[in-house]
Amino acid sequence: MRALIMAAGAAALAVCAAAPAQDKDVTQREIERYRELLAEGNPADLAEAKGEELWKTMRGPKQASLERCDLGLGPGVVKGAYARLPRWFADTGRVQDLESRLVTCMVTLQGFTEDEAKKNPFSAPGRPSPIEDIATYVAGASKGMTFDPPLRHPKELEAFRTGEELFYRRAGPHDFSCATCHGDEGKRIRLQDLPKLTDPKEAQKVFTSWPAYRVSQGSVRTMQHRLYDCYWQMRHPQLDYVSEASIDLQVFMAKYASGGTVEAPGLKR
Amino acid sequence: MRSAILLAACAALLAGCTTPPPEDDARRQAQGAFERSFTHGNKEMFARVVGQDDVQALCSRWRNRPPADVAERIRKSQAATLVYPADGKLMGDWRQGEKIAEDGFGLRFTDTNQPKRPNGGNCYACHQLAPHEVSYGTLGPSLYRFGRTRGSSEAIQRYVYGKVYNPEAFTACSGMPRFGLHQVLTPEQIRHVVALLLDPESPVNQ
Amino acid sequence: MPDPMRIRANMAGDKVEVRVLMAHEMETGLRKDANGKLVPAHFIQNVTVAHEGKTVLAAQWGTSISKNPFLHFRFKGGKPGDKVKITWVDNKGETRSDEATIAAAG
Repeated sequence: MRALIMAAGAAALAVCAAAPAQDKDVTQREIERYRELLAEGNPADLAEAKGEELWKTMRGPKQASLERCDLGLGPGVVKGAYARLPRWFADTGRVQDLESRLVTCMVTLQGFTEDEAKKNPFSAPGRPSPIEDIATYVAGASKGMTFDPPLRHPKELEAFRTGEELFYRRAGPHDFSCATCHGDEGKRIRLQDLPKLTDPKEAQKVFTSWPAYRVSQGSVRTMQHRLYDCYWQMRHPQLDYVSEASIDLQVFMAKYASGGTVEAPGLKR
Repeated sequence: MRSAILLAACAALLAGCTTPPPEDDARRQAQGAFERSFTHGNKEMFARVVGQDDVQALCSRWRNRPPADVAERIRKSQAATLVYPADGKLMGDWRQGEKIAEDGFGLRFTDTNQPKRPNGGNCYACHQLAPHEVSYGTLGPSLYRFGRTRGSSEAIQRYVYGKVYNPEAFTACSGMPRFGLHQVLTPEQIRHVVALLLDPESPVNQ
Repeated sequence: MPDPMRIRANMAGDKVEVRVLMAHEMETGLRKDANGKLVPAHFIQNVTVAHEGKTVLAAQWGTSISKNPFLHFRFKGGKPGDKVKITWVDNKGETRSDEATIAAAG
């Protein structure tokens, strides 16, 4: 037993030691190995379990659960719903991603105000985020399924075009856009590989594995957090949670990721 | 028959004048969505990203691959922004340049709580420079031994200083920030970066 | 109450293979929060694993174990349908026990 823990510790050390290795292949291999070691016990599983519990828990002023929440496949259908998002919803008249749809359900079913539902989107040490856990649970319920959002409704097509413009929109003191880092293949920032998000092969792999446990942050992070973090790097102000731009960008990326397999919750650096 | 053609022509003309091409429409939509999506953050930061200057607007529109005439226009307008230090000194201390190249601090919305800390250049995020730093990015070309092959004449010093100050003056729609023009780095800091690249003593040139 | 563990227990040859993922912050006591204040140490100290009431593993842990610890081990003498119960106690006296049923070869 102790030997096993020691072995795991040694493996973690090996990863740290290998990170500055000159040979990129060695670095890459060690990262893969680390991932394999952790995959057996992806801590995102804990968030998934907590999320499932929260899904069924009576919460909010109306003391209701989310079990009647319509994620696009009808009230209460969780399995497969994430593989069909983002999409247009008739009741709200908007294109919504998973997290914005959860906000809608927390408001309509549980009686939270919208501000309350959006207040704590990303967890921090000692401060869990229910919506983050619930999103992990819902996404995990599509694991192994083909990612196939509809992208047919005029509003979905409009969101795609808006998302495309936003993807290339350069602004701020650094002139950065999403395309600065994600417009070409085979690039990396420091040692981190950067996917070209308009290449289906790459988009299918990365887009479908959020939410993911981020080892560097010691926490599960959602797609909303990924975008928020990108804009932080881009020297933009804080991106509003479930904002229009965040959803339009997801619709844009989702088109290229279509046909991939949902691998959520994933495990990332 | 003839009047029908005329009518059609008029309609086409009118349509041409009043209906914008669909991509303009998408851009307007995107601008609206953008303005409605950063409402809770730092207001000064918002003011810096809500509008686009000509370079940003053109490069966004052309997806960073502008046609030759647009590229020429960008290079010309940006060359006019280049400002060199009045004392003519373009090379600083490569040791300080190395620190600037490693440092990614500055202008992110969480950086406002350290107002006195200078911004970094974060060169290693995108470029290979000194060989001892193996954690380098590849968004930009490798600059290892940049000065060794080019020397450190005044002409090359001016080129490097200008390139860091405003890369758009040399390559339209470059992915590199305009460090000098946008006051991300001070003239003093740019001099240190020039030394990092060109000083024969700099680890970049070993 | 602390969050539940995830336990998977299944036969692997004549042994029982157990994988446990525990939800715990595992604060080392050395980390500072956003205001520069030290975050007090908070970590799992004792872990025990019982197979049908009999202890098959006991461990003492410290702050070098990562956040959300993952424990993987094998033991002899179990069979499908038996219960494996895992318990941890941390330095603040908080504790959590969860139980799993051993599955056939997985």
